[in-house]
Amino acid sequence: MTDPKHYRKHTLSILVENHQGVLAKIASLIAAKGYNIDSLSVAETLDPTVSRMTLSVHGDEWVMEQVVKQLHRIIDVIKVVDLTDESHVGREMIFVRVNAEPVNRAEILRIAEIFRGRVVDVTPTTYTLEITGEAGKIEAVLELLQPFGVQEVVRSGILAIARGSKTITKREEGRLRLAGRKQAVAE
Amino acid sequence: MRVTGSEIFMKCLQAEGVHTAFGHPGGAILHGYDVMLDYPLRHILCRHEQVAIHAVEGYYKASGQTGTAIVTSGPGATNTVTGLTDALMDSMAIVVFTGQVPTAVMGCDAFQEADVVGTTRTCTKHNFLALKTEELPRIIKEAYHIARSGRPGPVLVDLPKDIIMGRAEFKGYPEEVSIRGYNPSVNGHPGQIRKAAELIAAARRPVIYGGGGIIHADASAELTELVNLTQIPTTLTLMGLGALDTSHPLWLGMLGMHGTYTANMCMVHTDLMIAIGPRFDDRVTGKLSEFAKNCKIIHVDIDPTSIRKNVHVDVPIVGDVKRVLTQLNAELRKIKRDWRKDLEEWYGQIAEWQRTHPLRYHQVPDGAIKPQYAIEQIYKVTEEHDPIVATGVGQHQMWAAQYYRGHQPRRFITSGGLGTMGFGFPAALGAQAAFPDKLVIDIDGDGSFQMTMQDLITCVQYNLPVKIFLVNNRYLGMVRQWQELFYGKRYSQVDLEIQPDFVKLAEACGAVGLRAERPGDVRPLIEKAVSTPGPVVVDLVCEREENCYPMIPAGSAIRDIIDTDEPIPDKLFQGWR
Repeated sequence: MTDPKHYRKHTLSILVENHQGVLAKIASLIAAKGYNIDSLSVAETLDPTVSRMTLSVHGDEWVMEQVVKQLHRIIDVIKVVDLTDESHVGREMIFVRVNAEPVNRAEILRIAEIFRGRVVDVTPTTYTLEITGEAGKIEAVLELLQPFGVQEVVRSGILAIARGSKTITKREEGRLRLAGRKQAVAE
Repeated sequence: MRVTGSEIFMKCLQAEGVHTAFGHPGGAILHGYDVMLDYPLRHILCRHEQVAIHAVEGYYKASGQTGTAIVTSGPGATNTVTGLTDALMDSMAIVVFTGQVPTAVMGCDAFQEADVVGTTRTCTKHNFLALKTEELPRIIKEAYHIARSGRPGPVLVDLPKDIIMGRAEFKGYPEEVSIRGYNPSVNGHPGQIRKAAELIAAARRPVIYGGGGIIHADASAELTELVNLTQIPTTLTLMGLGALDTSHPLWLGMLGMHGTYTANMCMVHTDLMIAIGPRFDDRVTGKLSEFAKNCKIIHVDIDPTSIRKNVHVDVPIVGDVKRVLTQLNAELRKIKRDWRKDLEEWYGQIAEWQRTHPLRYHQVPDGAIKPQYAIEQIYKVTEEHDPIVATGVGQHQMWAAQYYRGHQPRRFITSGGLGTMGFGFPAALGAQAAFPDKLVIDIDGDGSFQMTMQDLITCVQYNLPVKIFLVNNRYLGMVRQWQELFYGKRYSQVDLEIQPDFVKLAEACGAVGLRAERPGDVRPLIEKAVSTPGPVVVDLVCEREENCYPMIPAGSAIRDIIDTDEPIPDKLFQGWR
């Protein structure tokens, strides 16, 4: 049914109940089913009883159908939206601590500027930079900084939001509709 | 008035209509058991928590009422894991309450502490950890709602000691439940129903493949109507047995690894598979790449994750089987078709398979008792009582499925998905607790029975007159069969020649023990067992090396089914040589 040749990256936005154990439920589901998760980020929304997760996962149509259905099966999951095939903005953030010898300091600052990064900490021998962007941009800046000696990187995982005026809560009225829509698609 | 959490717990059970619970007390849940004394709850003390959970499963499957178990923390809770997993696989609506150490010491390796919500996360439909006494009514209401709605399943509620001993205002049991992430679809999509009806009307070799979903949805009347309306031959999975009366002329027998030759051949040669509430388990599909290659599939299921999990489906319908079948039958009634005439060729083919490959065994009058013969005799003697039949797991289970030809839903209780040995006897115990006056039979193997037989004493204590028939071959029979067929007859750890004297064991517990050693003894002893009050163990000493056929070897295509007396192909050898 599934074919790794057709795998591509999908970005899912998930609304979940904001209480203890929910992240563990989602993580253990993903582990038990053997899905390939690239990143997962989670935080509270405007409604403090709801958390929003952004999940980045590799799969083909069949895998994604299963991932979305399985996520819906978790009682604490309120809504799942696959943003991949619609217009959306996705960003990651990194902090990177890089060696900054006196001869290289200007060059590193120039790179940071080109990538619209910021210096968040300075020592006599290092800079710590904050950089935000799409995965490709993050990869590019890391590659450029590599020759100076990258000591440490911390990466946030993707945050994503759809373009346009509709919010995630207005997109679909709960999972009942979603099931109907899935059937309609199948037709 | 402020009352304790335990009182709230008991009041909620009462409001939920729970009058029977199975369980075992212990330190962390002591307060609950103390308060229980002041409430009319009937509690059945099982000698092992695994038995309590299987009993609750049996109680649910027989009655359709959500079952309840109460156990303590740590080992009490971890002993429920097998039963919870079993209930998850077979969609059993049960709620398990586990004691927990006080919240202040949780995570500190306290005495009898286990991370129960963590441990049971993947073997429950949902689980709760109560952290406030005042939340108990909502949690208990949601637990029962989640367990029985949608695709039924096990729900666990972890109750820390300080939460059940703490006090809160009891404002009554909630009437409504609202969980924003949980609204199972009920009605089928009308467009899909129409599409399914069109496919059914055009099919020339259709087959209905029904599963456990029909039983859980109480939809056997609707299924029977569908069969009568369309005259389509019907097979059921192990979990679906009872959904169609086995005396129905269009009944093909069970399908799957040990299903009838005819039912399995219908699955190979059909042009339209109408799957109603099954989940395309590997024991049914065989080798997936060879499964359903030349047919279209309609799949009705309440659980969207079951659809397209293993096989491609042409017309998926998410919804409650009972509602969907009602919708589908209404749609089909509009179709003018001479069903019988259009399916004539298909019936002819099926009759040919049935004639050449019936279920069969050879009982020699003076020889050892054949297990199939013993089970057929149990069926013949007890059929008129319309009994509830539970089974363990193994050869005897498959023979019971083949030869105990039931007529009603909720009369056949067995562990399908997980294949839990030791399931049969506790499940029978639970079913008997639900129906004290009904004949309840456990057809068990000597291996399976030995896993949970300590609870015979529970049957005696509560006067649960289960009749236990042991198909005793002094082997772990199914494992031995595989070793014979696929490992060159090298028997490894399957010999149960050294075993208890089951007659004396029964007597030691205050039950009645009987033994049959010759074919001629079988029927009179079954009659005697049925007419004897109280629990009875009947030791049916059977032929040791009888094999269960037909058989589709694991991983083989359905068409490679091996029938009785047929040779085993060499390529199936799985040993190391």
